[in-house]
Amino acid sequence: MATIDTHSHAEVHHHDEHEEHEHHGNFWTSYIFCQDHKVIAKQFLITGMMWALIGGTFSVIFRLQIGFPEANLDWLKPILGGWITPEGKIDPEFYLALVTMHGTIMVFFVLTAGLSGTFSNFLIPLQVGARDMASGFMNMLSYWFFFLSSSVMFVSLFISTGPAGGGWTIYPPLSALPQAISGSGLGMTLWLVSMALFIVSTLLGGINYITTIINLRTQGMSFTKLPLTIWAFLFTAIIGLLSFPVLFGAALLLIFDRSFGTSFFLSDIYIGGQALPNQGGSPILFQHLFWFLGHPEVYIVILPALGITSEIIATNSRKPIFGYKAMVGSMLFITILSFVVWAHHMFVTGMNPFLGSIFTLLTLIIAVPSAVKIFNYVTTLWKGNIRFTPAMLFSIGLVSFFLTGGITGIFLGNSAVDIQLHDTYFVVAHFHLVMGSASFFGMLAGVYHWFPKMFGRLMNDSLGYIHFWLTFVGVYMVFFPMHYIGIAGFPRRYYSWTNFETFSGFTDLNMLVSIAAILTLAAQFIFLFNFFYSIFRGKPAPANPWYSTTLEWTTPRHPKHGNWPGAIPTVYRWPYDYSKPGSKEDFIPQNIPYSETPESNLPYENEQIKLELGSDAIVVEDKKH
Amino acid sequence: MMSIIIGLGVVLVLAILYMIFRIGNLIVMVKGEEKRVDSFNKVNAFLFLVFAVVSIGGFLWYSYTHYESYVLPVASEHGAITDSLFWVTMGITVVAFIIIGAAMFWFTYKYQYQEGRKAEFFTDSHKLEIVWTIVPAIVLALLIFRGLRVWNEITGPASDKAEVIELVGQQFAWMARYPGVKDNVLGSINYKLIDASNEFGLDLTDKNSFDDFKSLELHLPVGKEVLLKIRAKDVLHSVFLPHFRVKMDAVPGMLTQFKFTPTKTTQQMRDETGNPKFNYEMACAEICGRGHFSMRFPVIVDTPEDYEKWKITQVSWLKQNPDYMKYVPPELREAARIKAGIPLDNNAAAVSAVHAPPISN
Repeated sequence: MATIDTHSHAEVHHHDEHEEHEHHGNFWTSYIFCQDHKVIAKQFLITGMMWALIGGTFSVIFRLQIGFPEANLDWLKPILGGWITPEGKIDPEFYLALVTMHGTIMVFFVLTAGLSGTFSNFLIPLQVGARDMASGFMNMLSYWFFFLSSSVMFVSLFISTGPAGGGWTIYPPLSALPQAISGSGLGMTLWLVSMALFIVSTLLGGINYITTIINLRTQGMSFTKLPLTIWAFLFTAIIGLLSFPVLFGAALLLIFDRSFGTSFFLSDIYIGGQALPNQGGSPILFQHLFWFLGHPEVYIVILPALGITSEIIATNSRKPIFGYKAMVGSMLFITILSFVVWAHHMFVTGMNPFLGSIFTLLTLIIAVPSAVKIFNYVTTLWKGNIRFTPAMLFSIGLVSFFLTGGITGIFLGNSAVDIQLHDTYFVVAHFHLVMGSASFFGMLAGVYHWFPKMFGRLMNDSLGYIHFWLTFVGVYMVFFPMHYIGIAGFPRRYYSWTNFETFSGFTDLNMLVSIAAILTLAAQFIFLFNFFYSIFRGKPAPANPWYSTTLEWTTPRHPKHGNWPGAIPTVYRWPYDYSKPGSKEDFIPQNIPYSETPESNLPYENEQIKLELGSDAIVVEDKKH
Repeated sequence: MMSIIIGLGVVLVLAILYMIFRIGNLIVMVKGEEKRVDSFNKVNAFLFLVFAVVSIGGFLWYSYTHYESYVLPVASEHGAITDSLFWVTMGITVVAFIIIGAAMFWFTYKYQYQEGRKAEFFTDSHKLEIVWTIVPAIVLALLIFRGLRVWNEITGPASDKAEVIELVGQQFAWMARYPGVKDNVLGSINYKLIDASNEFGLDLTDKNSFDDFKSLELHLPVGKEVLLKIRAKDVLHSVFLPHFRVKMDAVPGMLTQFKFTPTKTTQQMRDETGNPKFNYEMACAEICGRGHFSMRFPVIVDTPEDYEKWKITQVSWLKQNPDYMKYVPPELREAARIKAGIPLDNNAAAVSAVHAPPISN
């Protein structure tokens, strides 16, 4: 005990010096190549927002094609140039490229880098009570690798053969053969390079998050006192660290197949009038490797959002999160199971049906902890005293999406039912709600909630409400009708359905979806305006605008590099002492010792007072040295 | 004109938003002293309730009134079973969905912020946690066991009497190959033998290939088990027969298969749906490039008699491409001629062509 204390104080001392040093930083070291986790978080956020805008715009362009197949899109020529055919239609191959890029951008750049990158970076040191990440330099590299990766992907949008077009899952042989689709030429090469850089970025970030959470918690911040956000970021980082290298491996083998004549994924192919020499490879192997990342990736995307939501719902319900241990337990269980469910994406790919049975079983097991999380959120709302801040609205929206989208997972996880639904719009509806929209809402909720800490100002609430209602209703209007379209069998990634009598209906619903998509995208500009306006002109934020218990609100309004001007606060209690019986205020921050709150202490907490005094004694002893 | 109206509308909406924004700011400034919540708290709580009622109501109404438009009639034995599993799952999940959704949005309304009220300090309940872990676990277990039993039947081995048909996917069309009426066995293939005419890569040293015939329609016999042997020539494709609840990827270098039994002929389906133009169709369900959306393949389900009649009228691939007789080993040519149904004079021409120096090379 004593040694740990000594250590943490040495740390404090070291960082204090560091902080003094920081004042002399110039523009480059304070805003560009900065090692402060808070600045890096903002860099991730702004880059993520830019990508979200691009990804969202892509979806609206291809929705134009699906919703209004007869429309003349010549007016897009100034932007898309040759990708608009002389008849005023989107080129079918470019349509696929848009779909591919929309998926890649949203999954990796927005909901992985934009979400984890922003909030893991911003919140981990602030909420565990650390001066910065374990390695500020690696953290900076993490952003700049992401930036490099982004730049490569961005460049690929402008090349003459178009960006990668084989779907975000880049299944070979389509992604391996430029003669199969033009996007598999230079576009695919850039995709792979970009993704390799992205994986480096993710690993650098992930190692840092894990190390910081394990090693740099402030005094008293035991694992059971960690806010659920931090638990979520920890599990997310662990999943990423274990699964991203597998995608790296898959990408590397694909690069070999594409450029060096190997046959890992290619066999018995006759294309463009000739038989290729490759034999013995298996496209199914790639799918296994891809989904070994791809499925955990879903949890990489959703877990941080769930962590953020837990924090916001508890704070704004003025209630402790219900079942803290069950929440941590279910996240742990999800983390473990996320590695053994990947092949449920592959029930009808020709994989051995016996494997299909195993993965059905494992997949439906993972539904249980997810259901527990929903029940716990709903119970947290029960008998609360709910304050609907924009962040709270988005968090409730997230729970709603997680429920609606999660339930359809029960259909898709059951292999026999999946036969019909696989690769139809039912799947599109499912994952856009449960992981896409849900984690997007988590990200927005996080921005609204921690904006005052990020920029020292408040965002405008009214615009936040309008943004929420338009987006919430809009998202449901976009994705709910897709369930019907999917049950009717409409396949994904179709440029048009007019070739089929079976898929001739639902022009009305498809049009509705497209209109809703346009309006939902438009509503995001309210947010963008609010965000950038408030950075400069927002109302100055009070120290603790949401009356929250966690440590980040004990920092000054504009925390410098090092976060706390004096010593790092010591933590005495768990982060969810909201509306504690006997307490005058309806929240007790984590850094308030039990000895100061005798009126609200529970019997076993009075026991803790002795320990608090004991640890104080040790601190005094240390200071004497 | 239209674009001017749209433009004006957009400007109007923006102006309204800006007004709300300014007024909101002013109100905050005028009010001065901090209150935890503003009047919008009530509005938001109420809107959640309205949202819940309208959306659940709309969902039930649309699902009920438009049932015909989103449910495809089913025409296979296993499809009827997976459909029933689908609807059982739907029943269970919709009940859960409505209960949880109603509870959540009721709570957000009921427990909206009130000055002076204190929330319940309710941190944990083992009883509740256990209940809502075990109940979903049991329900899911039931669904899984039902599902796995069905899955094992669907993916189990086909009977020896099953009608074997090969489907080949390529950019961007399907082809079907039938084993022929003489031997009823598909001849072996080799992708290196594929050329402009020999699209299947038929290996003509295998005597089973002589009577195989190509079809650009998928004919199926009603009431008889069909085993689809599926492969792809270039990239991944996926055989999707929506009415039969059949889907299986076509993978280059790997043979996949799916067995099922059609239960309704095309004619029966036309009578049942009241649509005299009804046709079964096959689509591609795995992204395969530019023409992914155009890989339509007509499907016709015949009575067994009609099906046999249709098969007999089909011309074998070898007869359609007599030039390829040259690849048949000399000792099998006689058999090939008979099996492929090639008359003698035709054959003589083919054989003499083989003996001509440039080609025999």
